[in-house]
Amino acid sequence: MLAGIRTVDLRKVYSSAPPAAAGTGGFSFVPGKAKGKGPKPPKPQIVALDGISLEIQPGEIFCLLGPNGAGKSTTVGVLTTRVRPTSGQAFIGEHDVWANQVAVKRLIGVVAQRPNLDFALTAREILAFHGAYFGLSSTERAKRAEELLERFKLKDRADQMVRGFSGGMMQRLSIARAMMHDPQVLFLDEPSAGLDPQTRLLLWEIVREYNRSGKTILLTTHNMEEADALCHRLAIIDHGRVIALGTPRELKASVPGGYLLRLRFGIQSPDLLQRLQSLSGVREVRAKDGTGADVYADRGGSLVAEVANLASAAGVELNDVHISEPSLENLFLHHTGRSLRE
Amino acid sequence: MNWKAFLAMLARDAHVARRNIVALLFQTFLQPLMFVIIFGRVMVGSGYMPPAYKSLLLPGIMAICMVGTGIWAVAMPLIAEFQFTREIEDRLLAPMEISWLAVEKVVAGTLQALAAGLMVIPAAWLLLRPGVDLHVSHPFLFAGVAVLVALFSATGGLALGCSVPQNNIGLMFSLVVAPMIFFGCTYYPWSALQKFPVLQKAVLVNPLVYASEGLRATLVPQFPHLSLVAVLAALIFFNALLFTTGLRKFYGKAVS
Repeated sequence: MLAGIRTVDLRKVYSSAPPAAAGTGGFSFVPGKAKGKGPKPPKPQIVALDGISLEIQPGEIFCLLGPNGAGKSTTVGVLTTRVRPTSGQAFIGEHDVWANQVAVKRLIGVVAQRPNLDFALTAREILAFHGAYFGLSSTERAKRAEELLERFKLKDRADQMVRGFSGGMMQRLSIARAMMHDPQVLFLDEPSAGLDPQTRLLLWEIVREYNRSGKTILLTTHNMEEADALCHRLAIIDHGRVIALGTPRELKASVPGGYLLRLRFGIQSPDLLQRLQSLSGVREVRAKDGTGADVYADRGGSLVAEVANLASAAGVELNDVHISEPSLENLFLHHTGRSLRE
Repeated sequence: MNWKAFLAMLARDAHVARRNIVALLFQTFLQPLMFVIIFGRVMVGSGYMPPAYKSLLLPGIMAICMVGTGIWAVAMPLIAEFQFTREIEDRLLAPMEISWLAVEKVVAGTLQALAAGLMVIPAAWLLLRPGVDLHVSHPFLFAGVAVLVALFSATGGLALGCSVPQNNIGLMFSLVVAPMIFFGCTYYPWSALQKFPVLQKAVLVNPLVYASEGLRATLVPQFPHLSLVAVLAALIFFNALLFTTGLRKFYGKAVS
């Protein structure tokens, strides 16, 4: 049975820091209680999700792209029964996540952002017990664990405690564990964070292969390259809202021109910006902090000489030029005015 | 209810306990048995304590062992797994209602506490003999009290484990567990507090009092003890209170 993912106007407002185990992005402290006399100050409210509606088809690799704190992990938390939404609905296949949690948990496999392996067990036992929680027979468990250990290149450490594993090995084992019960929908929250390039390629290959059998995959990342290489469609999320949605190709085509020249001058003036706008191939010019300008254009390097000429003619010093080719990074910048890495 | 997942989780806890059996044995028995040696043998043998103290001490030691084991077995993993290692997440995502995971923790803790309690009797008897007078005239009643005491230790562990932040584990032992043991009528019967009427009333809020007195009433009824009806009622009350509190806090930690 193939299963897709659907959310309708999901909102999540925290009135205090989310508990550490809720998997919502790394808070690990317990807030102190306010003491003293007088009225209590109102609790600060954090809006993590501000009306997320998504429709992800069965068999799709879908990516949530956004900076830290954008609401990616909270969305995953709601869809995986770990974060209760303040309002809105979430569905896995035909099941409402919050009305039918057990049925949903049977359909999903989850790889959390931070490793959460069972430190009291060996790698093989982690897979076997996970299989047992999902009702696999002992022969099935042993067979499937063996296959996954082989596939994820963990066989030589299979019978060791995971305490001594490197970050990359833990991540591979987490993904193997999530696949152990052959879920219809696989959630990967920042799966390649901290992985070396070689392991990242292995991960991509495994994700594509898993998807070929019709499985739905939702992954979050702030890595443009990953989203571009892996996803059929993606949503760009910022401040708990979807700000762009489509295939990587469509989204990149939506950036005016595609190329982005980030310029920095000694001083910038409206006149200079106007002249930049009149250069051939320039689609859009945005002023930035008094000395900078972002130029969206349909060509890159060949514009630099013209920009330099224009600057020297205006008696302004050109201090820095950065050219980006058409990319999702440019797209994010275009929509939010901020770089993904900021 | 998904019994397969529930039993698999019990099997996981049993597997981990078996792997750590040596450390677990030391942790459970070393301190109580040293106490048995000093108070039961040295103090009695040198005449500072009457010989009858041996028999009086045994139920109290059993209560300490059971309560310590249950609290440790449930609370410590919960504190670490929710806050630091997050290893509980895999079990929270198993196809079973989240609250049943808390029930599983309580069942595992109860079984460990029962095993610890039943092992203390022969161990202490070997160390103290001769002169230990056990009179188990109602074995079923004794079993019932033992199960309630074990359950209390595990539900207490659940409530504590879901309330205490990781950096306050030390405080949990010095502020909660240690006073509970010293004011829990473990080393003396409740009637010994007669000369301290305020203290005698105050200690009644301590559930360990009913655990020690209940075991005393069923193992060595020749000594003064609280009425069994009061003991059973109090233990059932505390079990229900701690279990519902623990369950609520567990859910609050598991889902944000």
